Amino acid sequence: MLVLNITNLFYYYCLNIKKNKSLNLLQHIGKYILMLRLVFIKPTKSKVMKKLIFKDINDLIIGSLGIVAFLSFFVGGVVSIQTALNIESPLIPKNLVGFATRQSIILEFAPTFMCIILAGKVGSYIASGIGTMRVTEQIDALEVMGINSVNYLIFPKIIAMLLLPIVIVISMFLGIFGGYAATIYAGFSSSSDFIEGIQMDFKTFHVVYAFIKTLIFAFILATIPSYHGYYMKGGALEVGKAATISFVWTSVVIIVLNYIITQLLLG
Amino acid sequence: MVEIKNISKSFDGNLVLDKISMKFTPGKTNLIIGQSGSGKTVLLKSLLGLVKIDSGEMFFNDKKYNEINDNENRTLRREMGMVFQGSALFDSMSVLENVMFPMKMLTDYSNSKIKSSAEEVIDRVNLINSNNKFPSELSGGMQKRVAIARAIVMKPKYLFCDEPNSGLDPKTAIVIDNLIREITVENNITTIINSHDMNSVMEIGDSILFLKNGKKAWEGDKNEILKCDSEDVADFVYSSRLMKKIKKN
Ligand SMILES: Nc1ncnc2c1ncn2[C@@H]1O[C@H](COP(=O)(O)OP(=O)(O)O)[C@@H](O)[C@H]1O
Ligand SMILES: [Mg+2]
Repeated sequence: MLVLNITNLFYYYCLNIKKNKSLNLLQHIGKYILMLRLVFIKPTKSKVMKKLIFKDINDLIIGSLGIVAFLSFFVGGVVSIQTALNIESPLIPKNLVGFATRQSIILEFAPTFMCIILAGKVGSYIASGIGTMRVTEQIDALEVMGINSVNYLIFPKIIAMLLLPIVIVISMFLGIFGGYAATIYAGFSSSSDFIEGIQMDFKTFHVVYAFIKTLIFAFILATIPSYHGYYMKGGALEVGKAATISFVWTSVVIIVLNYIITQLLLG
Repeated sequence: MVEIKNISKSFDGNLVLDKISMKFTPGKTNLIIGQSGSGKTVLLKSLLGLVKIDSGEMFFNDKKYNEINDNENRTLRREMGMVFQGSALFDSMSVLENVMFPMKMLTDYSNSKIKSSAEEVIDRVNLINSNNKFPSELSGGMQKRVAIARAIVMKPKYLFCDEPNSGLDPKTAIVIDNLIREITVENNITTIINSHDMNSVMEIGDSILFLKNGKKAWEGDKNEILKCDSEDVADFVYSSRLMKKIKKN
């Protein structure tokens, strides 16, 4: 029954593709890969590129620190409160609150969910920025001058996003600190219990795993929104749509990759 | 000089350019006119290499475009300037940075030389006290001036303009048309201008190619166009009441 439904869905999906003359998923992936190839050939002058990279670091990385810090601190607090509220049994050691907070923040909250939030912030900024340049013919203007516009626009964003692990480290620290503050403030466990929990059974590989994930997500965050902006057609309304679609795809890809990477590295 | 021979282009089975041939001479403003959707922009973008033509030949000063190597292509690109329909100024850059941009990207000149060349062309297009303004702070006419300055800063041999005066009031439109023409004559540039505006045609129509549904329907100059007995051309020329009135007198 389910299989039948899925085949039906796929059939209608294909019909729609023909009607709209739009690309199917495989064609999109192919076009995306061709775009990535263009990012790395025919580079822009290094003097100019340096400036572009610094500008993107400022816009994409520094500009995200505020929201990341705010979210991390409070979500870390909520994670520890939830954990504390759910352990009533006196048999469970008190340091579990710190331990659970640390694990969930380092493994998932900071690397994965922060990246999804950044898919909204950074991703839509990239997609609408490049999309606006497309509809106002600024990209054509670059091409006329013989500039590789894909390299000029997307390469600096990829390089800037390589600094994302720094943002994620900040998120980890503030998340755990938020958990600590909430636990102590509400009196769920003592300071020493919580700290003991944070230090308990610490595996360096978990942090390595988080960084590997972050770097892969950073690449996705820089390139998928760029793809949607770069190849968009239409006017101002479509720029908004491109930003929305790029957010959906970026988060879907991050969630799927998160599953695969976790299976490969921890499973 | 730019020459095209039997250029054709279609998109998804729709023939947009149908075997068009034409010679565009230097030191003159060569107009491509026709209704919206007649293929003017596609023709211009083909010449710029932004659109790949299906068949036909293009010559730039007797060099066949299809046969040049990468190096010659790079040289050719530096010899082309383009003024886009919506100006296409980089909105993250100031006026001065916009005009300096092509030189910064394509030459190894020192910063001071780039700056002085840019200031020179900004002066030439009669923009004053706007060097540090951003495109969003300029009027449509001023944006066009910046776009022209950016297009000519590399001293191009070929200048392409896509409806350079669309969206401007009639007076400013004529000022911009004449500015392009003066620059063309001063520097002996081969200038090709898309237009659907009869005012421009009468003002700067040194040579005119008339397109209809992707076909070449007529060629001539501004004096001939009023006397031309082609129905298609008359239909376009006398579409406004003003032109009908002129015809009657
Ligand atoms: N990239 C494209 N893909 C498909 N069709 C296009 C494309 N560019 C232009 N066309 C079509 O070509 C025709 C001519 O367009 P255009 O050259 O922009 O006309 P105009 O004379 O107004 O500049 C139009 O019918 C347009 O829909
Ligand atoms: Mg057009």
